[in-house]
Amino acid sequence: MPSIKLQGVSNFICRHIDLKIENGEFMVLLGPTGAGKTTLLNIIAGLVNYEGSVLFNGFGVDKISPHQRGVGYVFQNLAIFPHLNVSDNIAFGLRAQAKSSPEIQRRLDEMLHLVKIEHLARRYPYNLSGGERQRVALARALAPGPQVFLLDEPLSSLDYSTSRYLRTEIRRLQRALKITTIYVTHNQREAIEIGDRIAVMHDGVLEQVGTPKDIFFSPRNEQILKFIGSPNILRCEHCRKLAKGLAEIKSGELTIVVPDGGGEIKKIAILPSDIYISTNKPLGPDINRFTGTIVEIIPSCVSNNSAWVRLQMRDRILVTEQPGDKVKELNLQVGSRVHVILKMRYIKTLSVRGTFPELMVAIAG
Amino acid sequence: MISRLKLGWGSLPILIFLALWEVMARFNAFPGQIFFPPFSGVVQEFYSLLASGLLVKSFFCSLLRVLIGFFAGSFCGLLAGILMGWREHFNKALNPIISLMYPIPALGWLPLLMLWIGINELLPIAIIFICSFFPICYNTITGFKSVDRNYILAAKTLGASELRILISVIFPLALPNIFTGLRLESGMAWRVVIAAEMVAIPTGIGALMMRAESLIRIDTIIVCLMVLSVMCFSFEKFFHYIERMLTANWR
Repeated sequence: MPSIKLQGVSNFICRHIDLKIENGEFMVLLGPTGAGKTTLLNIIAGLVNYEGSVLFNGFGVDKISPHQRGVGYVFQNLAIFPHLNVSDNIAFGLRAQAKSSPEIQRRLDEMLHLVKIEHLARRYPYNLSGGERQRVALARALAPGPQVFLLDEPLSSLDYSTSRYLRTEIRRLQRALKITTIYVTHNQREAIEIGDRIAVMHDGVLEQVGTPKDIFFSPRNEQILKFIGSPNILRCEHCRKLAKGLAEIKSGELTIVVPDGGGEIKKIAILPSDIYISTNKPLGPDINRFTGTIVEIIPSCVSNNSAWVRLQMRDRILVTEQPGDKVKELNLQVGSRVHVILKMRYIKTLSVRGTFPELMVAIAG
Repeated sequence: MISRLKLGWGSLPILIFLALWEVMARFNAFPGQIFFPPFSGVVQEFYSLLASGLLVKSFFCSLLRVLIGFFAGSFCGLLAGILMGWREHFNKALNPIISLMYPIPALGWLPLLMLWIGINELLPIAIIFICSFFPICYNTITGFKSVDRNYILAAKTLGASELRILISVIFPLALPNIFTGLRLESGMAWRVVIAAEMVAIPTGIGALMMRAESLIRIDTIIVCLMVLSVMCFSFEKFFHYIERMLTANWR
């Protein structure tokens, strides 16, 4: 599978984009609506006009028409052909390549199996669920054996649990096929969970390209910070490994249990929306639970139905995002004492790998 | 079973209508009985026309004209529509001309064609050709234009050539629109052929009606009208059926 390189790509939306995507990499293109993400995918697929050049494996494809670029493209609205059944949809690309019919059949069976929809082969699209359509679109795009896989917000129309499940499925497929992939989304959580690297795009310009951790812990500018949800970032002064992939860190006077990905944890980050507050003491074990005092309540500028609540917790100040009606219901005011839970699963950690593992074992012991 | 029941209930108003007609004519509800024959009289006339072979002959004359004119016109209209819907420069070149000719009523061409072609078998066929060509052409263009662009882009990225996209994506998706045109025009063709026969051609159902008018044979006229009604209806139903057969499994 080739690497993809964009050199000075510009058109009516995108402005001078340079980007290199490695062989087999899963790159997430993240940005708000209207940032030019879809346009960039269309450029790579050759569906719109542009200046600059697109190279697959160092080979310029600018003169190659879309139907010969070898790109698998899953459109935002999927564009599954309504007049063809699932099998014919998936086989469309194979027939276009004039493959022999036993080969088409073999490949079709393989794809149906790969996305687990063997039982739907004869169905027509109108009679499929959102998740099933999604699978058909994936299989159809992958069937001709593309070199490059482009996905444009493929999960945005699905409910939360289906999209979460399919996200892992997409990642599984991508790993199995080792296909160079660009995945467009406007959902920062999705981006952080799925991508090898993230390219943040805004107003047709690439703002920052880096691993999810780079983006999360050191966003380059205000735009990106705002877009990824302004996480609370706490420096860790002390780190102690617990069992089962957990670690306990100290930041000032707070002791927090976090998921442990190995290495010494330097910083942790938690999004304002992942901090839960209540006026009554919540049930359950006393892990990652604190009490805090509200120092400020700011109506959110992003959505009018939520508010930013700044909390003093011991010697740290954390920002939380709360639904507007919850603020009213709990009668939250500056000075109120509240119970706080940091949702452990959503805490991100930044660690330095391989620093004094012996020492860490010693501390853990 | 259900469709049969539906047919049964659907025919009830017709039966009531025919019964009322029969009763009113028999009891002389209107003055001038000669202008209002009862339904049974019409049926009798229908059989005698069948027996004399006149009705069958006239009917086949008209049917042949309709079939030839309609299929030739639809075929050419379809081809023109495909070209214009597929290739923008054809559309740009031909659309203004077609837009100006489309609104002319098909029968408006009659005097011109009578002089150009003369009064022969070709005349009604030419009229029906014109009356079928433009609507099918228009509906085909509309059908092509209304295909979601994303399907075309998707087909492109899947490696399909322009011709393949036309044949296996655009055309099938435009079929519902094309069939709407065919369905409406199949009925229209019958209306036009009758008018042409009434005015200019001495054979066919229209001519039979005009002769009946001069002999004041109301029952013959009504028989002809009923044949027409049944033909328009069954042509439209036929195309409806074909459309359903081709598109029912995905719509």
